[in-house]
Amino acid sequence: MRTSQIRLLAGGAVLALAAAGCGGGSSGGGGGGASSPGVTKTSITIGSTQPLTGVAAPGYSEIAPAAKAYFDFINSNGGINGRQIIYKYVDDGYDPSKTVTQTKKLILTDKVFAIFNALGTPTHEQVVDFLNQQKVPDLFVASGCLCWDDKAKHPYTFGWQTDYTVEGKILGDYIKKNFAGKKIAYFYQNDDFGQDGIKGLDMEIPSSQVVTKQAYQVGNIDIKSQAQKLAASKADLVVSFSVPAYTALLKLNLLKLGYNPKLAVSNVGSDPITLSGLLEAFAKQGGAKVNGNQLIQGIITDGYISSPADPSNSWIQLFKQIHDKYIAKLPFDGNVLYGMAVAYTFAEALKAAGANPTRNGIVKAIENGLPQGPGTVPFRFSSSSHAGFTGAQIGVITGDAIKLTGTPQTTDDGSGPITPSTATQPTAPSNGIPPS
Amino acid sequence: MADDELRLQPENPMDRASQAPRTASSTDRYGVLSRSTLLRHTLFAVVGILLLWLMVKSFSASTNQELQLIPAYICAAIGLTLLVGLSGQISLGHGAFMMVGAYTFALLWPKWQLHPNLTIIGAFAAAVVVSAVAGAIVGVAAARLRGPYLAGATLALAVGLPSMTQNEKLSSHLKGSQGLSVPSAPQPHGFDFVQWPLFIGLICCVVLLWFTANLMRSRVGRSMRAVRDDEVAASLSGLSVPGVQVLAFVVSAGWAGLGGALLALANSNASPGAFSVQLSLTLLAAVVIGGLGSLSGAVVGSVFVVMLTNYWAQDLTNALSISSGKVANNLPLLIYGVLLALAMLVAPGGIVGSVRRLIALARPAR
Repeated sequence: MRTSQIRLLAGGAVLALAAAGCGGGSSGGGGGGASSPGVTKTSITIGSTQPLTGVAAPGYSEIAPAAKAYFDFINSNGGINGRQIIYKYVDDGYDPSKTVTQTKKLILTDKVFAIFNALGTPTHEQVVDFLNQQKVPDLFVASGCLCWDDKAKHPYTFGWQTDYTVEGKILGDYIKKNFAGKKIAYFYQNDDFGQDGIKGLDMEIPSSQVVTKQAYQVGNIDIKSQAQKLAASKADLVVSFSVPAYTALLKLNLLKLGYNPKLAVSNVGSDPITLSGLLEAFAKQGGAKVNGNQLIQGIITDGYISSPADPSNSWIQLFKQIHDKYIAKLPFDGNVLYGMAVAYTFAEALKAAGANPTRNGIVKAIENGLPQGPGTVPFRFSSSSHAGFTGAQIGVITGDAIKLTGTPQTTDDGSGPITPSTATQPTAPSNGIPPS
Repeated sequence: MADDELRLQPENPMDRASQAPRTASSTDRYGVLSRSTLLRHTLFAVVGILLLWLMVKSFSASTNQELQLIPAYICAAIGLTLLVGLSGQISLGHGAFMMVGAYTFALLWPKWQLHPNLTIIGAFAAAVVVSAVAGAIVGVAAARLRGPYLAGATLALAVGLPSMTQNEKLSSHLKGSQGLSVPSAPQPHGFDFVQWPLFIGLICCVVLLWFTANLMRSRVGRSMRAVRDDEVAASLSGLSVPGVQVLAFVVSAGWAGLGGALLALANSNASPGAFSVQLSLTLLAAVVIGGLGSLSGAVVGSVFVVMLTNYWAQDLTNALSISSGKVANNLPLLIYGVLLALAMLVAPGGIVGSVRRLIALARPAR
């Protein structure tokens, strides 16, 4: 018997057969056609990649279920233009190496109309070129990276939340005015998320006040050396551009060193309910017991949508109602509010795209501008800008929620001035569905 | 021999058969092809590439997308089966060599974008060379280690290497957890963006299969088998046992490096998350489940683990209506564990070995 010969032949044959066998579910080859994928007379299918597991999952894993709850609410009220919104979100674990495969699967196998609210700066950066090559609308990315606002390079991509540089400028402006002459330190995620935020802070805070800048890498939960350097700097205020898990790690590491500076945390890393849960869970792993909620009181942050701390707000009332009906098991926190608010914006865009939505049609509709909805500041969407909310409002963690103070501020991500927002928030539609 | 009990593959009847002298009848049957192994393998490789080309062209885009990661695993599994099955060493850290290849590829190729489809060959070669050098370094240490110590050392490599990207000085070059972005290969006329990278990967697999099949039948392959079966006898026959072992590590790591480069191409990204310990264990599962020491086993095993990890586990948890992503993420490892134990107990030849045994049983006894 001629073994290696048979091996080689068998290898080739097996490769072809096995591949053919497990391909499965192949759906009539080729042809996207002119009509829009994912759209039927009665439904529209959209997809998303989300960190349902992994280091960014605490807090963020509530966003997609909350968005889905809002879509379910719309669907039970007849959908948008008679179409049910089918929302397929899949887990990428906040791992950039998984995002590409999951996204291609959504486009090619699930044939989604658009990618909606895909979460994460490092993750989504891997697929943004691909989505634009394929002319797939890439709507309302769940990240404040500046990179989504680049119409020339990425005509199908739109941001949604306030970008990190605008956020950094507004936080920096507040710090400059309220911590004049004090020592300031930075703690940030070492990727475009953290670096964009630091860029904004540096535009406002005099460099003479900044005593140290410490970065962390996602995935490495040992931040002792950064915490020691922060403590050694004896800064009065530490500004942190971090995801919730690292905000909690920072707080605990500083606590261990007996160093208790004032904290200012970017919106994405400051949800109070998420933070107190994480603090208690991490402390428990380390064999200690802390009261998470007590530890985070007074943290300075910012927000660009109405806060659960304001129960009289019409949007909070609407979303609370949907929350109680569809996802009562999840806490009614900033993440849930975020998910519902971004889903509302999608519903606005879909409505504006008309009775027969196409991929190019929805892009045009967003470029015509969208109402701010539950936001406290307007969107920047126009034919030249694909950036989302244009500002934010300073807030302080009080109890279980962020209490927004002062007036919402707006600015751009360049050298533009910071000015109070002139727009007033509309009240929520009485039936909860965007008016046409 | 000291580590007899640790060898994962107790007995491979096919290997013994391959060493058996050729019989006159087979020479007659195959004519000129039987006289030249090289010619025969080349013919099969050419036919294989044509078949795979047909396959890629006829499958739907979604099917081709599902197959996208398979070539990367096949290349690494061929390397691992060569090391474990042929030279009798073990590596629980082949994911680390894949990582070396992936990062080499991701650092070089984006800078060589003038004729990307030509320079990709150079970038693949660089990935093979750099990871082979890494394999040589590990191999020198490995030649002094036996059994569980070797397993432990290579496992440490798989655990340690991905965290190197977190190093402050390296992270500015390697971009930390975010990793390096890899552009897509511009598809030539007649291919679409899913078909082309898959076809590139499949060509790499065929070239590697061709090379390795020849290697296995060469003097080098025979020395490796000799060292695996009895180190004392091998050294008495004039073979340098450590030399052969290091060589096996070099070739094996080089192939894993090519697998890593293909993974980076398929993921458009090289980042530490892709090269966790789980990857190394999955590779070992692939070669054992497929059939240790056999090239077709490496191919079958790779197809199996890619489909299980990326698709079947999700389908299974959906079918059982388990909504937690944590279950779907960890289910494959549980299944590999069970299958590895089962394979050792009842089917040491893996899928390919069992199929061969069944075919042999079905044949009328002579």
